[in-house]
Amino acid sequence: MNKKETFSSDRIYHLFVYVVLGLLAVSILVPVAWVFMASIKENSEFYGNPWKLPMGIHWQNFVDAWTKAHMGEYMLNSVLVTAIALCILLVVALPAAYVLSRFKFRLRKLINVLFMGGLFINVNYIVVPIFLMFVDADKALRGWGLNGFFLNNIFIVALVYAATALPFTIYLLSGYFVTLPKAYEEAAYIDGASHTQTMVQIIFPMAQPSIITVVLFNFLSFWNEYIIAMTLLSDPNGPKTLSVGLMNLMKAQNAAAQYGQMYAGLVMVMLPTLILYICVQKKLTKGMTLGGLKG
Amino acid sequence: MEHQKGRKLFITLCSAPAVILFFVFMIIPTFNVFKMSLYKWGGFSSKRTFVGLENFQKLFKDMKFFQSFQNTVLLIVLVSIITMSLALFFAAILSREKTLKGQNFFRVVFYIPNILSIVIISAIFSAIYDPNNGMLNSLLALFRGQDAEPIYWLGTQSIVIYSIAAAMIWQAIGYYMVMYMASMAAIPESLYESANLEGASRRTQFFELTIPLIWTNIRTTLTFFIISNINLSFTLVKAMTSGGPDGSTEVFLSYMYKQAYTNSSYGYGMAIGVIVFVFSFALSAIVNAITKREPIEF
Repeated sequence: MNKKETFSSDRIYHLFVYVVLGLLAVSILVPVAWVFMASIKENSEFYGNPWKLPMGIHWQNFVDAWTKAHMGEYMLNSVLVTAIALCILLVVALPAAYVLSRFKFRLRKLINVLFMGGLFINVNYIVVPIFLMFVDADKALRGWGLNGFFLNNIFIVALVYAATALPFTIYLLSGYFVTLPKAYEEAAYIDGASHTQTMVQIIFPMAQPSIITVVLFNFLSFWNEYIIAMTLLSDPNGPKTLSVGLMNLMKAQNAAAQYGQMYAGLVMVMLPTLILYICVQKKLTKGMTLGGLKG
Repeated sequence: MEHQKGRKLFITLCSAPAVILFFVFMIIPTFNVFKMSLYKWGGFSSKRTFVGLENFQKLFKDMKFFQSFQNTVLLIVLVSIITMSLALFFAAILSREKTLKGQNFFRVVFYIPNILSIVIISAIFSAIYDPNNGMLNSLLALFRGQDAEPIYWLGTQSIVIYSIAAAMIWQAIGYYMVMYMASMAAIPESLYESANLEGASRRTQFFELTIPLIWTNIRTTLTFFIISNINLSFTLVKAMTSGGPDGSTEVFLSYMYKQAYTNSSYGYGMAIGVIVFVFSFALSAIVNAITKREPIEF
């Protein structure tokens, strides 16, 4: 094979590579862009050619979605659930991961093994028993003449999110904590710092990069979660998260033909995650390979 | 002495909340899945009768269950093979072809589906698959002619499972690609240089060098992928087709969910749950065993 030939076969190969990569990129970008486009279309524009550009910017869709379809309220719920779940998760997981990775005590091995096993339990398997547990608890409360508390409560949803995210989070944080040299704590103890002071003032600030990774991943999974929310917030008049509200709107869409509202709602769900992703994409993909897999 | 006592208290206070939450919301429910599978328990009534393995006996005569089994296995095999090979292929291109322009762009774009919620993905694919005003049919109309009969991507029993599979592949490629790119980046450049000197083609380099060197990573991802595949297929099916038309996209967990909620037979639903648990662990073990190779160091 002479030089010229390799050169041209190289070019054909490169062309082929570009076409394949381009096709996949288009298959991702076009549908996502299409949703944005659809969110500003008028309802009548949804019949006929789907590739037609919108005739004008129909902001009314967002107004309708926000008020008529209650997306504003659902958005607030989603923000609350995500924020509360993240707070609970960090407050609970950080000290636990620290202690489990840097202290030697009797039950440590057992607890670590259990949390490792927890990595394999997906919430989809256990959502039914969790739901029934709350049904029973609510029934008991009513038996005492109180109102039901556990179902249709966004705080409980946040608590379940945090609890089910514990194994992965502790696994990821412990992986970082074990790499720190013991000298930091020894120095702090000599200076007379207590365990708590050492943990909060010395160790946690150092763990900032992995805390950010944990927050990013869990933000995405909490914000996007839908099966638990759908199960635990089943009351049609009760509170809902954005995902559940949208799902209901989508299921009802054929009857009411409220396409515009629906796509406006989809944009509301998608936009925060896309903005976050664009800002931190390097960190996110790096963190993913750092922390290993998330099943 | 004082310090020792404080240490114990500190350990307890730090680990107790996590352990309690984990027990209440993960260990006990998991245990309950197994326990409830032995009971006959309908709906909200508190009547629970112990029936032993009756739920399982019923399960093995349930044609609908076998259909969901079949669909699950089909999706696992099809989606795993296609996703893994495409992800490996793209990862190899993006990490090996240094002269390629826009590497970073492609990496960023391919990962986008992974950050979208299942609700969004199902909405996107509903818009793609819509028989009358869908993106796919209107694209195909360019080749098939404007008057061609529309294809019901989500409404035809023989097609719909592949439509779901396509959505799953679309969602997962980027994630695994980034995963493989990271492990490919760890392979020393000198190995490829010597392979080039010996005149090995790109294909040979990919199959003889890249794949064996990241084999450990491929194994782990494959095991995890099977488990997450069972879950992803559930969330997608739940959002897109609810198992229809006529059970042709029913998968393990969607059937379990349906039995538990629509049919209010919690015990029966949990028996399905137990089977899924056992099945996914057995499958992971099998995959682990048959993909075992001597690890190659570099």
